[in-house]
Amino acid sequence: MPIIKDQKLVENEYVEVASEGTVPAAGSIIVGLQNFMKHKDLFLNREGNIGVRLDSSDDVSELTSDLGKLALIVLTFPKFADGRAYTQARKLRRSGFKGELRATGEVLRDQLFYMTRVGFNAFELQEGRDPENALEAFKDFSVTYQSSADDNRAIYNR
Amino acid sequence: MYQYTSTDKKIVTERADQFQGQVTRRVSGSVKELEFKPLRLQNGLYMQLHAYMLRVNVPYGLLNSKQLRMNAHIARTYDKGYAHFTTRQNIQYNWPELDDVPKILKDLASVEMHAIQSSGNCIRNTTSDPFAGVARDEIEDPRPYGELIRQWSTFHPEFAYLPRKFKIAVTGTPDFDRAAVRVHDIGVRLVKNDKGELGCEIMAGGGLGRTPVVGKVLRDWLPREDMLTYLDAILRVYNTIGRRDNKYKARIKITINETGVDKFRAMVDEEFELMRDEGTKLTQAELDRVSKQFVAPTYKKLASSDSALTKFKLSKERDFGHWVTNNVIAHKVDGYSAAVISLKTKDTPPGDVSDTQLDKIADIADKYSFGEAVVTHAQNLVLPNVETEQLPALYAELKEWDLAEGNYNLVTDTICCPGLDFCALANARSIPVALEISERFADLDYQEDIGELNLKISGCINACGHHHVGHIGILGIDRRGKEAYQLMLGGSPSDDASLAQIIGPALAPDKIVDALETVLKTYLGLRTAPEERFLDCYRRVGATPFKEAVYADN
Repeated sequence: MPIIKDQKLVENEYVEVASEGTVPAAGSIIVGLQNFMKHKDLFLNREGNIGVRLDSSDDVSELTSDLGKLALIVLTFPKFADGRAYTQARKLRRSGFKGELRATGEVLRDQLFYMTRVGFNAFELQEGRDPENALEAFKDFSVTYQSSADDNRAIYNR
Repeated sequence: MYQYTSTDKKIVTERADQFQGQVTRRVSGSVKELEFKPLRLQNGLYMQLHAYMLRVNVPYGLLNSKQLRMNAHIARTYDKGYAHFTTRQNIQYNWPELDDVPKILKDLASVEMHAIQSSGNCIRNTTSDPFAGVARDEIEDPRPYGELIRQWSTFHPEFAYLPRKFKIAVTGTPDFDRAAVRVHDIGVRLVKNDKGELGCEIMAGGGLGRTPVVGKVLRDWLPREDMLTYLDAILRVYNTIGRRDNKYKARIKITINETGVDKFRAMVDEEFELMRDEGTKLTQAELDRVSKQFVAPTYKKLASSDSALTKFKLSKERDFGHWVTNNVIAHKVDGYSAAVISLKTKDTPPGDVSDTQLDKIADIADKYSFGEAVVTHAQNLVLPNVETEQLPALYAELKEWDLAEGNYNLVTDTICCPGLDFCALANARSIPVALEISERFADLDYQEDIGELNLKISGCINACGHHHVGHIGILGIDRRGKEAYQLMLGGSPSDDASLAQIIGPALAPDKIVDALETVLKTYLGLRTAPEERFLDCYRRVGATPFKEAVYADN
């Protein structure tokens, strides 16, 4: 299934690597946070993009010193009503992460607007969801009040 | 009163459109109920026992006459001809059809109102002192701060899916808290520091519900410019570490208790310092822009009306005398008074008003109070700016519409949740208890003799009727399949915040009002002087004499 990236449908170029699984010599891969911390040198020195997957209970500050070397960070919504990843995303953008920030798990149309504001730019919709329809969600609101990752100035500072 | 900017208008209009789309997708089946639930909740739409219930926000309780009329229209067109004022200064409709809700939201948007985040696990409507702007003891009008918080919290992208609901209250009267800031998730008190500079004291982790807790001070003084940044920091820590494994342990009061207030404060401070000088910092221009919209109306130059008030209190027309004595509050401007319209009348559930009464209240607000009325957390309305000389005329008009009950802050001025008559969570009915109390204590001379008394009734331990902080609290429970009521004494939501204590086994529905009367008779016998309120007397003598009197037959 295609993912939504920068408000367009694109194919997912990344391959998921399990914690003790074989690491392909080249190409883009996603690894879990613990795996990444354990074999950091290996992952950062191979050919191809590296993405790290975090659980919503993980502390994003563990990645602070590596943010510039990561092409992708994947955050998880175990349930759509579990909002921890919103704060994780906001903190990662605040710490200067410029790569792809992808939402996975129970990612649904009606949360995309908020997710975009806190810094997500890629979305792996839950199985069976219509991504074309979801693209409409980015237009739900034309104005905002708060500062967030999309604009660090609240409305009165713009 | 705050006037919407084009941005404010756009947001409420676009929300109505968005919800229209969500309802269409729900009806067509492409959105399932489980996903629709949080969407409708964040629009104030609950599923109750018999029907949907729509909760409409009234920010800091303030309504103008146009808004009152629109709510009369909504009650008439989409509900069964009445509206219900809640303990959080909001309005609830108990019988709307799902298809009509987008239309209601559009009607509300046309008068600058909305139902955004009035339920769900997000930041709810901000409440405040119902006498804001007119109270003699106020050091600063809290409403501009309530409005700033309303805008900051509206569609805050990071905090729409918190562990649990989140309620904020603001007061500008540090010495007399009428906004119950200590029993909110966050309480903001406007205070002055040693140098006389105005700032905010921030409290957090207060709350009622199953685990009542009095809030703790996180900052005793913070520059006003930093208020929203500091709130962001608190919410960010809570969103990260608040418990999501058990909804009864998910409120911030539990987070703070389990983390320890000092550690929690340190985490908030760390987050705050990272963001302090970034884009949320309020500017003087923004503080001024919002404050300017709450300027006082153009009062006439009048002499002090204190002696007129004394005369009215002693009026030969006893009902009017009672009403002035109990329902009229001193105003900061000479010649003016604030008048409370009691919504605790004998045959109507506390907080209910009919569509025709709402229309009438709108007319009365226009005629007597610069077109404004305020909802109180005790489910009454305040006309904040009435010329004292006009009180007799005002009273006569109110009386014509059954709105002149002179029982403000007396025993029959009960706070009451909807209970088992409406609510899916309730264990027992609460409205019939309130109605029986208003009948039993109908005599105003008797009520005045008993004096100031905050009686609060909840139909279950979720405590929507705030029974923990009633001078007397009544809690409905389910005892082996039958309704029963616990009697609790000694609570207060104010500066002397305390939690009421259960005095003995739960009582049957036909015994609870007798027990209340026994408690009050016991108090009348024990008090040292009429000035000693029930609460003061209870604190002096303790629970024992009341307990002995109530359970004497057992």
